[in-house]
Amino acid sequence: MRRDVPLLIKALGIAGFGILYIPVMIMIIYSFNSSKLVAVWAGFSTKWYKELWTDDILLTALYKSLLIGVSSATISTVFGLLIAIAFVRFSVFKGRLILSLVASAPLVMPEAVTGLSMLLLFIAMEISFGWPSGRGVDTIMIAHATFGMCFAAVVIQTRLRDMDKYLEEAARDLGGRQPFVFLSITLPLILPSIIAAWLLSFTLSFDDLVIASFVSGPGSSTLPIVIFSKIRLGVSPEINAIATLMILTISILVLFGSILILKREDKK
Amino acid sequence: MAPFIRIQNISKKYGKLLAVDNVSFDLEKGELFSLLGPSGCGKTTLLRILAGFELTTEGYVEIDGQDMVDVDPADRPVNIMFQNYALFPHMSVSNNIGYGLKRASLPDNEIKSRVSELLELVHLNGMGERKPSTLSGGQRQRVALARALARRPKLLLLDEPLAALDKKLRSETQFELCKIQEQLGTTFVVVTHDQEEAMTLSTRIGVMNNGKLVQVGTPNEIYEQPQTTFVADFVGEISFIEVTVKEQKEPYWLMQGAVPIHVSTGAKFRINQKVNLALRPEKISLTSKPTGKINEFPVEITDWAFYGAGTQYRVVGPGGINLKLYESHNLPSKSNARQPETGFINFSPDSIIILER
Repeated sequence: MRRDVPLLIKALGIAGFGILYIPVMIMIIYSFNSSKLVAVWAGFSTKWYKELWTDDILLTALYKSLLIGVSSATISTVFGLLIAIAFVRFSVFKGRLILSLVASAPLVMPEAVTGLSMLLLFIAMEISFGWPSGRGVDTIMIAHATFGMCFAAVVIQTRLRDMDKYLEEAARDLGGRQPFVFLSITLPLILPSIIAAWLLSFTLSFDDLVIASFVSGPGSSTLPIVIFSKIRLGVSPEINAIATLMILTISILVLFGSILILKREDKK
Repeated sequence: MAPFIRIQNISKKYGKLLAVDNVSFDLEKGELFSLLGPSGCGKTTLLRILAGFELTTEGYVEIDGQDMVDVDPADRPVNIMFQNYALFPHMSVSNNIGYGLKRASLPDNEIKSRVSELLELVHLNGMGERKPSTLSGGQRQRVALARALARRPKLLLLDEPLAALDKKLRSETQFELCKIQEQLGTTFVVVTHDQEEAMTLSTRIGVMNNGKLVQVGTPNEIYEQPQTTFVADFVGEISFIEVTVKEQKEPYWLMQGAVPIHVSTGAKFRINQKVNLALRPEKISLTSKPTGKINEFPVEITDWAFYGAGTQYRVVGPGGINLKLYESHNLPSKSNARQPETGFINFSPDSIIILER
């Protein structure tokens, strides 16, 4: 027997999702506005999307954001995987508690604090070793990889913990030695979580404004930084267009990630 | 000649807990040996020591004359069939079975023929391309068996091999397992908490309790001549009577508990020695009238349970002694027959197990 959802809960649900998504919908609709005024509808047009392709500043920023996103997500995933293995496969080791605190603190640390501390670190390093010389794409990459790693570790840990640990023993019993057991058994089984972790780290990096503003230098503005600085001069429909594209990209990635995770859970 | 497998003074400590306590036994080639005991008795730890997943605190294992102490699990001539089977879910049945063969770097066509041989052995022909998740519990168990046998181990370890199967399938599989074992002549060590399983499968049984191996013997010896109260109680149904030795009256010993009991045994006792007598339910006969046989006394029937092939009774005798007895239905049992409330029991003086108290 199916019970209907009470009316109040339905209404609250609709209101909640409405508050979340109505502004986004309006933004998407207005990205197709032919008028230059954001609040006045003057007919359908895709001219702002065309204009995007000619805006060099935005395109450069997009390229940098993608570059930083891909590389920091990759670094995050590799290190996140290592942290996850350490926690799940080795139950007792020296400094486990400290490592678990260190690995999860960035999840709850205010981004401004992370950004500022990163900035101070980079300046101190520059003074002591001469590297990094100034702030740029590399410093943003390192900063993003650092906090993305913690999220990746959480995602991979969950999956690794669910995995039957006797599978690895069985592989070893059948003559498999360590790197091979990991590659032939563990890795294929936790692959969905690794992809999900990569996608999560990528979106976190692609979205980030706060940390990036601290550790970026001249000529290394990411997309969110450029959008934010443009808005200060007044909102143009071009911004709506690029925001729409960002939403689209991220929705596709999140959808892809969720499908991967759900598919695996079905099989169990 | 040295035994095929020698397990010598094995102990395993986890911190202060002694999980395996000075266990020694030898195995002949082709034996099917069961380690039987309640959960937490250390039998699984012992199995993992044999497989090489746990290091021993003391003692050593020798297989076919080769010391196993420093040998990695990957290199031991030992394979294990895990309780939950641990089949690789992302690989087909054939790849599961062939995993160990690929590690042994056999040529591809040889792996192929060996895998199909094994599929035939466990009656899974044509299932090679299926994924483990599409198989039934019994089929998975057979894939796990084939995979464990693939590398032709000298010793195969089976951790509760039948625990995950339902009762009907279990007895079939049990039979099948014995047949395969006989066919291949591989030495099997089976860990189980199920005494019936241990009885029907094994050539010998080792009963474990609290990390110690308390008795090793054939199923018959374990059942008919248990050496400790624990073994007697753990294996099969049994009732105990506490008695004191009174006198030797050839050919019997007279022992006095709540009732006098005549015991026929070759063992020697001191007068006034306190011992435990143990009686298997099927050794006791229940009659409605006295028969005049030795060791007979009146009882009150407190409880009974119908088992199909027989009926189990719980009776109370003089002095409040509680006994379980089992009467098989040689004639068709009547559903409307009234169960008697009192009766007489008797048992033969040589069917009594004598245990130290």
